[in-house]
Formats: sequence, structure tokens, C-alpha cells
Amino acid sequence: MAPAQLTGAEMLIKALVDQGVDTIFGYPGGAVLPIYDALHLQNSLRHILVRHEQAAVHAAEGYARSTGKVGVVLVTSGPGATNAVTGLTDALMDSVPVVCLTGQVPTHLIGNDAFQEADTTGITRPCTKHNYLIKSVDDLARIVHEAFYVARSGRPGPVVVDLPKDVLQAKSRAYVAPTAVKHRSYRPRLKPDREAIETAVDMIAKAKRPVIYAGGGVINSGDRASALLRRLVRGLGAPCTTTLMGLGGFPASDPLSLGMLGMHGTYEANLAMYNSDLMIAVGARFDDRVTGRLDEFAPTARKIHIDIDPSSINKNVIVDLPLIGDVGRVLDALIKAWNARGAKLSQRALKAWHKQIDVWRGRDCLRYEQGDKVIKPQYAIQRLYELTKDRDTYITTEVGQHQMWAAQFYKFEKPRRFMTSGGLGTMGYGFPAAVGVQIAHPKSLVIDIAGEASILMNIQELSTVAQYGLPVKIFIINNHYMGMVRQWQELMHGGRYSHSYTAALPDFVKLADAFGAVGMQVSRPDQLDDKILEMIETPRPVILDCLVDQKENCFPMIPSGAAHYEMLLGPADKATKRASEEGMVLV
Amino acid sequence: MAPKEQPIEKRTIAVLVDNEPGVLARVIGLFSGRGYNIESLTVSEVDPESQLSRITVITSGTAQILEQIKAQLGRLVPVRRVSDLSMEGPHVERELALVKVTGRGNKRVESLRIADIFRASVVDSGHEHFVFEMTGKSEKLDVFIDLMRPLGLVDVSRTGVVAIARGPKGL
Ligand SMILES: Cc1cc2nc3c(=O)[nH]c(=O)nc-3n(C[C@H](O)[C@H](O)[C@H](O)COP(=O)(O)OP(=O)(O)OC[C@H]3O[C@@H](n4cnc5c(N)ncnc54)[C@H](O)[C@@H]3O)c2cc1C
Ligand SMILES: Cc1ncc(C[n+]2csc(CCOP(=O)(O)OP(=O)(O)O)c2C)c(N)n1
Ligand SMILES: [Mg+2]
Repeated sequence: MAPAQLTGAEMLIKALVDQGVDTIFGYPGGAVLPIYDALHLQNSLRHILVRHEQAAVHAAEGYARSTGKVGVVLVTSGPGATNAVTGLTDALMDSVPVVCLTGQVPTHLIGNDAFQEADTTGITRPCTKHNYLIKSVDDLARIVHEAFYVARSGRPGPVVVDLPKDVLQAKSRAYVAPTAVKHRSYRPRLKPDREAIETAVDMIAKAKRPVIYAGGGVINSGDRASALLRRLVRGLGAPCTTTLMGLGGFPASDPLSLGMLGMHGTYEANLAMYNSDLMIAVGARFDDRVTGRLDEFAPTARKIHIDIDPSSINKNVIVDLPLIGDVGRVLDALIKAWNARGAKLSQRALKAWHKQIDVWRGRDCLRYEQGDKVIKPQYAIQRLYELTKDRDTYITTEVGQHQMWAAQFYKFEKPRRFMTSGGLGTMGYGFPAAVGVQIAHPKSLVIDIAGEASILMNIQELSTVAQYGLPVKIFIINNHYMGMVRQWQELMHGGRYSHSYTAALPDFVKLADAFGAVGMQVSRPDQLDDKILEMIETPRPVILDCLVDQKENCFPMIPSGAAHYEMLLGPADKATKRASEEGMVLV
Repeated sequence: MAPKEQPIEKRTIAVLVDNEPGVLARVIGLFSGRGYNIESLTVSEVDPESQLSRITVITSGTAQILEQIKAQLGRLVPVRRVSDLSMEGPHVERELALVKVTGRGNKRVESLRIADIFRASVVDSGHEHFVFEMTGKSEKLDVFIDLMRPLGLVDVSRTGVVAIARGPKGL
């Protein structure tokens, strides 16, 4: 029997279902009406109606990061597609697998400045891993399957599929199943080179002051990679630090954990990096927020770099040995080769190294003083951590000081529990990402740690959580400032607080109320625990507006362009160490 | 700030790509978006059967940037192979130019005489003009064009460089 004739829209739905998609985040419009029609007539796919296309992409990112699956977005042509651009760029920077389906004007009108036409493939070319314009319904199924393959393979990323309306309405029997589709040329390398693994064993065996620097690639690679990382770190007895994107890839409570490194990383992590003689970078990309001043970055360390993307190698920092491949596979091979050789680190050297690290830990770089009048932001997050750590909790954040305090004070034990915008630093990411996480994990506790400025960037999603009854919690660290901006102005621009005060804030309690959510406020340290518990216990969406010290700064801090050892540990430091002129031009 | 100054090198890179819409825009966008230099870029389909195109690009940068350029090219989904011809042994580079010279009398005769020395051929002529076709290394083309300048040069069209490795092996 000949296969049934399907419209492009029906074929699209079938392709999504065959890809194992259960949820899409979208917003309708003229160009995608055929898809919305097809959605209406089926019940295998759930569509979550967001309130802004940027939020659709962040929700898909939250869904993807917390599950390891591809997140799916559906938006209309023109403004629908352009609104999605920030989300796509965010997903590209943080390597999040997303497939974004965009409507397009009919093929015969493309190029005519038709109503709601935008050159979507042109606009999204630099902010996607790949993109497609489908010109014939006969190519539709193949291209959609290819898009999923590209999004999730190798270094994951966002893929746009642009769908002209006539293609969605045309009929064809040319449906193909995912198994029948093989990409013509894209085959990322997963398995490491044998010889390089042996060289790595040689290098590691000589180490006296080893450090492991783990990043988002560990989490991308899957839960097994985290398990293997634990095995490697514990097997060697070497200290391990993680990037912002790697948090949870190695358990924060492990005695070998140094916490986060980089600009707002811990004293012990940064000094261990600076003084190490061997560094193993595992799925991390030597971002400028991590390395600080490049010519002073870990100057005495021989460097091994595990990464699936050859363009990450030697991009910012020249390494001695690249190990190209998937983190899980490389670690597996490395551990096997290490054990087969019966290699062991010098225990004497290691002991001395840990003794030194303990001295650095002794500086207690995250300490702060909580009085009895105002809530310190660090305290707010520490209490949130203590009161939620034994639950099934997922944390997202917005961007700013609160994000950094979340990274410092919320201890992540498992991968995929922390969703944050690292590479692009997108304010407005956290709340819609929490929506996506909550959709994927309906029974879990999902909390967006927010700033009062960031939350306003996608606050309209309160309407989405109301519609779907999503019990997402928004925990606002309200310092009445764009705190991160204010901090830089204080440290680098002579305390001229130009436009960083968040005046005319809404009454967040009333705002929650207006959307049918629960609003609460807290300002006294002695009431904080009760309010947090009340927030957690409320089985509905909640905003907890937590009024905190307005002038608190986030330390440690390595000023832009400074070296790891030039960390500012607290307010008293700023007088002596000024950002260099070269550093001032950096972001 | 930046690591120690490294010398700038010039490289000829061959890129084999799936001939699909937008692939050239991807390559060019990569160079402009990341601030890499393009000194010459040529592209044409080379295998209609399997729809492969070959791009030859001449670029320059420090060794670290050149390594990035190759890695970034390799990362584009439709790119099949990236080959650094300058690094991978000897190779041949050629460019073609069409050169129009307008003039009378001695100048006209002189242009024809020089074209002969350079083994350029006449592909169009009239009482007052010649169009020469010339193939060779880019530098040789430069010299020829410079010589034509005082003789009534009015138009030049050049293909940009194509290149291929010497020896029996294919890309
Ligand atoms: C306000 C602000 C402050 C910040 N401060 C800090 C800070 O103090 N410290 C910090 O660490 N970050 C900080 N960041 C985040 C920073 O900007 C970068 O996003 C982050 O450091 C990058 O993390 P990563 O190196 O783990 O790379 P990711 O962006 O997670 O990249 C992962 C790397 O792993 C590779 N990879 C992916 N999948 C695999 C796989 N399966 N196998 C092998 N390799 C794989 C990729 O190719 C890539 O090279 C800050 C961000 C903001 C917004
Ligand atoms: C979309 C966007 N615009 C601007 C910025 C620059 N920026 C970074 S942090 C920040 C302030 C954030 O303020 P808030 O949400 O209150 O967080 P806080 O730093 O006070 O914790 C700004 C404006 C950004 N990261 N994203
Ligand atoms: Mg704030």
C-alpha cells in the first residue's frame, strides 16, 4: 500500500512524534496556522503556549538542560522569528540542543518584503549551529530529522527549520522515518585517539600539583560522564573545580571539590589553578571569565584538554595535549589506560599539595556577616539551599549578582539541576527556563533565583504558569539595583551609579496576585526561613520578594583582565588593587 | 594582555563542502563575524554527482588564529574537509584575469607585444581595444596588469586563486 498522503504540517507533527518529542513551546501566527491546525487534531504532542517567543526558546532550553533531550520551539514568521533570536544565541553560547521551527511566507513571496517576512535563515545563521529553509514538502521529513540529529550530536546547539506556509499546506507521500535519514557529512568525532590517551597517562603520572577543571561538556555528555569524572577525581585524589556551566557535574560536597573557579570563583579554586603543574580541562572552554589575564593563566601547568569541538582547542589557551572526543568516552578510555598501567601519583607530593590547598581554603573566601536587621543576599541563598537540599529541587537563575551568589552558595550534587545563562548572560532567562524545567519535571520543586531587574524582562510568563498551573517559585533577591552593574560602577567607575538603580519597581506581591499567583515579601532575617518554607509548601506559583542589603558586593572577584592571584576578597581590597587600563575595556 | 606577538602567516586553504543553499554565506559570515582576513576566495561545484563544491580561500593570521580558522571551518555542518595546502606540502596556485586595454598606434602594438611575452591570449579585439586572457600566479598577473596601465588599461576582471596539491593524492 502506498504511504498515506499528508500535508506538510501533518508530516511535521509525525516527524516530531517519531523523534520522541512530547512537548513544544510556541506562539501562533499566520504563517504557522497550518501547524496549529494539525496540532489541534492530535493528542500525542503537548503544546505550551508562552507569552513571548524569547521565553519559548528559554523554556525549551530549560526543558533540554534538565532532561538531556532536545527542546522544541514553534514560532511564526517575521516578529515571531526575530523575537526568538536572543534565545537561539543563548542556546548556541551554552551548547543547548534546541530545534526551533519558524513559519515563513509562502515560497513564491520570499524576497518580496511580504507581510511578516524576515530573512530568518539569514538572521539566524550566526546564532545557530545550523539552519534550513524547506522549499519542498518532499524534503520536509528528512530535514526535520536531520535538524534533530545536528542539534543533539557532537557539541549540541540550536537548529532553525524555516517552514514556508505553502510547504506546510502541500501534500506528499514522501514521509521518511528517522532511521532512514543519515546526514550527508556531519559526523562529529566521539572516540579519542589511543596514543593521545597513553600520552595523557604519562603526563598525569608525573604530576605533583594536579587540578581538574570541569565544565558544561561533562553535563552535556550525560550522567555517565559525571560518574566517570567522580571516579577519575577520586581515583587520582586530585582536587576538582567546576565552571559555572559545570556546577553539579562534580558533587559540591565532595572533599576534593574546590567549588567554582573564575571571576567569582573561590580563592582555593583560582589559586589551585594558578599554582598547578598539571591541569585536566574536561569539557570546558577556557572562557575569559574563567582564565582572567591570559599570559598569567596557570603558567606552570602542563595542560590536557578534553573537548568534542576541535575549535575549542587552543582557542584562548594553548594546551599541551588535546583529547578530542566525548567526555564520557575519553574519561572511560583514560581511566582504563591509567588502571592498566597501574599508575599512581606521588602521594608525598599530593599530600603537600592538599596541605597548601587547605591553607587557601582557610581564608574562607565566601564568608559574610549576617546581622539581625537586613538580610544579606548570601544568607538568603544559603537558607534557600539548606531548606531545599533534601528535596527534588531544580534551580534556575537570572543574570547578575544573585546568579553568582547562587553559584557560590547553592551546592549542587548532581548534574542537570542548575540552569543558568553563562555564555550570553541573558537577563530574563531564568523564569522561562524554570517553566520548561517544571513542564519536564511536574512533581519537582523548581525555583528561579532572580534579581528584581532581570525578572521584569520576562515577567509576562506569569500568565503561562497560571494557565498551566505550574508551581514555579520565583525567589527575588531584591537589592533595588542592577547589582552587578552597580558593583562594576563602584569598583571601576568611581562610584558613579549611572542608571543602575531600579526605580519604580512594581509591588511584586500585587503583581503575583494580578496573575493569579501567590505573592509574599520578606525583609527580616528572622522571618526568612518561615517565608521560604511557606513558598516551598505552596502548591502554586509563588513570588517571594526578598528584600536584601542594597550595597552588598559579590566576592571574591577577579577584575576583568587581572590574573587569578589578583583576586579581590572583600570591600577592603579595592583600594589597593585597581583594574588595569587594559582590563577596563573588557566586558 | 594578548599572548606574545606572533608573526602573521599567509595560508591557502581548500574546503570541500556540500553544495547546499547558504553554504557560501556561512563561510563568508564566519570570516567576517570572527574578524578573520580573506585575501581571496573562490568557489565552484566540482562534483555535480555528489553535489560537492570546492572553496579556495587565502587568509592570513597568527599560527593560533589560522588553527582557529581551520577548526571553525571544520565545524560548519556542510563542510566535509578542510585542507591547509600551504602546510601539507607543495601545491600549485593559479588565477585567471581578463584585461581590457583601449588605445591606438604604438601603445596598442606594445600591449600586444607584452601580452605575447606573458603568453596572454587575445579573446576579443576591435580597432581600438584588446581583451587579454591570462592565467598564472597572482603575482605574475599583477605585473602584467601594471605593465598595461600606461598602455590604456580600462577594465580588469580576476577570478581569485584556485589551488591544488602537487603529487598523486586527492583531497
Ligand atoms: C555575570 C556572569 C559571571 C560569570 N562568572 C563566571 C565565573 O566566575 N566562573 C565561571 O566559570 N563562569 C562564569 N560565567 C560563565 C562564563 O561566561 C561561561 O559561560 C562559562 O565559564 C563557560 O563554561 P564552560 O567552560 O564549562 O563551557 P560551556 O559553555 O559549557 O562549553 C562546554 C565545552 O565543552 C565542550 N563539550 C560539549 N559537549 C561535550 C561532550 N559531550 N564531550 C566533550 N566536550 C563537550 C564544548 O565544545 C565546549 O568547549 C559567568 C557568567 C555571567 C553571566
Ligand atoms: C538582556 C541583558 N541586558 C543587560 C545585561 C547587563 N547586565 C548584567 S547583570 C545586570 C543587572 C541585573 O540586575 P538584577 O536582575 O537586579 O540582578 P542583581 O545583579 O542585582 O542581583 C545587567 C543590566 C544583561 N546581562 N542582559
Ligand atoms: Mg538587583
